[in-house]
Amino acid sequence: MYGLGLFKGLGITMKNLVSPSRQFNIVQYPNRRASPFDLAKMEDQNPISFIVGHPIKTFRSLLGLETLADRMPQHPNFRGEEFAWYDRRCTGCASCAKYCPLGIIKIVTGTSGVNQQEGQSYDIDVFDIDIGRCMFCGLCVEACPYDALHMGSGFEEGKYRRSDLVINVDQLKAAEKKPSTWFRPQLTNKGHDPIKGSTADWDEVGRHEKPSLEDQGERWAKR
Amino acid sequence: MMASTPAFFISFHSLKVLFADLIELVGFGESFGWASGLLAAMSISFLIINVMVMATAFYTWFERRMIGRFQVRRGPNRNGPFGILQPFADVLKLIMKEDTIPDAADKPVFTLAPIALLAPTLMIMIVIPFGTYASDQALLSNLNIGILFIVGVTSVNSIAIFMAGWGSRNKYAILGSMRGAAMLISYEIPMALGITSVLLLSGSLAMTQIVESQSIWFILVMPMGFFVFMAASTAEMSRTPFDQIEAESELGSGYNTEYSGIKFAVLFLAEFMAPIVTAAVVTTLFLGGSQGFEFLPGGIWFAIKMFVLIFLLLWVRSTWPRLRIDQIMGFAWKVLFGLGLFNIFLVAIETGLAERFEQVIKITDASGEVVSTSITTDYMLIMAAVNWIVTIIAFVILANFVGKKKYHRPEPTASPLANMGAGGD
Repeated sequence: MYGLGLFKGLGITMKNLVSPSRQFNIVQYPNRRASPFDLAKMEDQNPISFIVGHPIKTFRSLLGLETLADRMPQHPNFRGEEFAWYDRRCTGCASCAKYCPLGIIKIVTGTSGVNQQEGQSYDIDVFDIDIGRCMFCGLCVEACPYDALHMGSGFEEGKYRRSDLVINVDQLKAAEKKPSTWFRPQLTNKGHDPIKGSTADWDEVGRHEKPSLEDQGERWAKR
Repeated sequence: MMASTPAFFISFHSLKVLFADLIELVGFGESFGWASGLLAAMSISFLIINVMVMATAFYTWFERRMIGRFQVRRGPNRNGPFGILQPFADVLKLIMKEDTIPDAADKPVFTLAPIALLAPTLMIMIVIPFGTYASDQALLSNLNIGILFIVGVTSVNSIAIFMAGWGSRNKYAILGSMRGAAMLISYEIPMALGITSVLLLSGSLAMTQIVESQSIWFILVMPMGFFVFMAASTAEMSRTPFDQIEAESELGSGYNTEYSGIKFAVLFLAEFMAPIVTAAVVTTLFLGGSQGFEFLPGGIWFAIKMFVLIFLLLWVRSTWPRLRIDQIMGFAWKVLFGLGLFNIFLVAIETGLAERFEQVIKITDASGEVVSTSITTDYMLIMAAVNWIVTIIAFVILANFVGKKKYHRPEPTASPLANMGAGGD
């Protein structure tokens, strides 16, 4: 009534402008402006000696020209790119390809020279994941019976061509193994945190140990 | 109260004297004496254009930054300290882009529209008295019909916007500019009414004379006139409560849809220059121009008042939503038109009574002819008291009248399909 709501709105925006508690809750990804104190902390000096010792750097930082990397605290369960895939765990069963709702995983296995009676698994010739169409639902990871495929933790994978977004088997093999702990409680229990940089080898990521060749041979032979 | 002190800022008059002396000194006094006026006018035009373009560039940065703060965001903060080089990056980008003209466009109209929008905005600055000037001086020209000149020049705006929309042969552009033409022409009437009430009090059309007659600022004497003029001029420059011309969400940015490159830059330059110019006009008409205390020169006071007004415009822009087109037209014709007429009626009666009570000061020139009339400070104080009371009463009555019509939200009813089969029938 009396149009007082308009002035109430003006009050709210003015409060936004004035009160510092409503500002600065934004992380300035990928890097933020560094104050002289931040720079002193980085160089392990106390601020006063830093300001005296590096007047140019201090001036630049006061102008806002010095920056340092900054990003939001990220949860280890984050489902990201750079799928962590373990060649030695994968049997080429293609469960991930079957479960993918978008059908963007392509697996071709090479069967020549593989003696399954000996417990050997197929060679993976092709393992293409079209990241450009992936929605990171993680169903492929849930479907994997051998815990060979894990979600990654990265998200900075911008490319200039859509065709560059298709990850092939060589890239998967060469990628740094930083599996996300999503749908992998065994990794959480071990205190694995990809955001802090911890990597996991093929023998640590499984729910249960992979049977040794002798065990497998015994199982096949006795049947 | 406002004595005509010597010029603080450079003016056309002082520059002309300077150039005349210079030409005399070089020795071309007999044959090139006429050039002094031309040189002075050109140098002041150069100064106005460049200062205004630079001020607008930094104003765009300031506006984006402040609105960001108002809306709990950060504005541009990447280029240079606090993002202050952002306008240069924008302009560089726009210059490097291809300057496209659609095949179906009316090419001369399409090309002329940005110029037709920018030129009147710059032309207003001719008559604004920035500093404290003697009565025969101003920055470029002390027109004795200064305020009439402003009213005339600003009405070119609607033609320019219609040119932009018509020339680009685009349905969104033409829709935006049709709305714009309707809106700008409607809001010129309340704007003129607001100006008329100022003229009744100041008794002169010259801008310097209007400033001098404000022994009390006119915003205090007639708040209703200030409200009417401010609302109308906000609509005239099509800013947020009234930015139906370029409603981004419905028209795809309106009349400038087809523009790109340097033409787009000029269109936006004109659009962002409008708040600065409007603030200058409102400062002159209602906030006492360059009046202020002694410790700062008049030009600085003018700048401070302009800044306050610009901040007010920013605040409103960052807060209020856009009105519908019928609401905008209704506000112009039903509310502002009525208030403006009522304000003129009130001020006219009061000035008439002032003449009867002999509270009028007659200002004469050297030959004893009456140049303009103004009203004594004591009488203005009485007027201010009366006008404030009347304004508050009028606003309350108006709010009651407008607020009568309430929007009744229908009571939500359950869909017959909801809980199908759960009732057991």
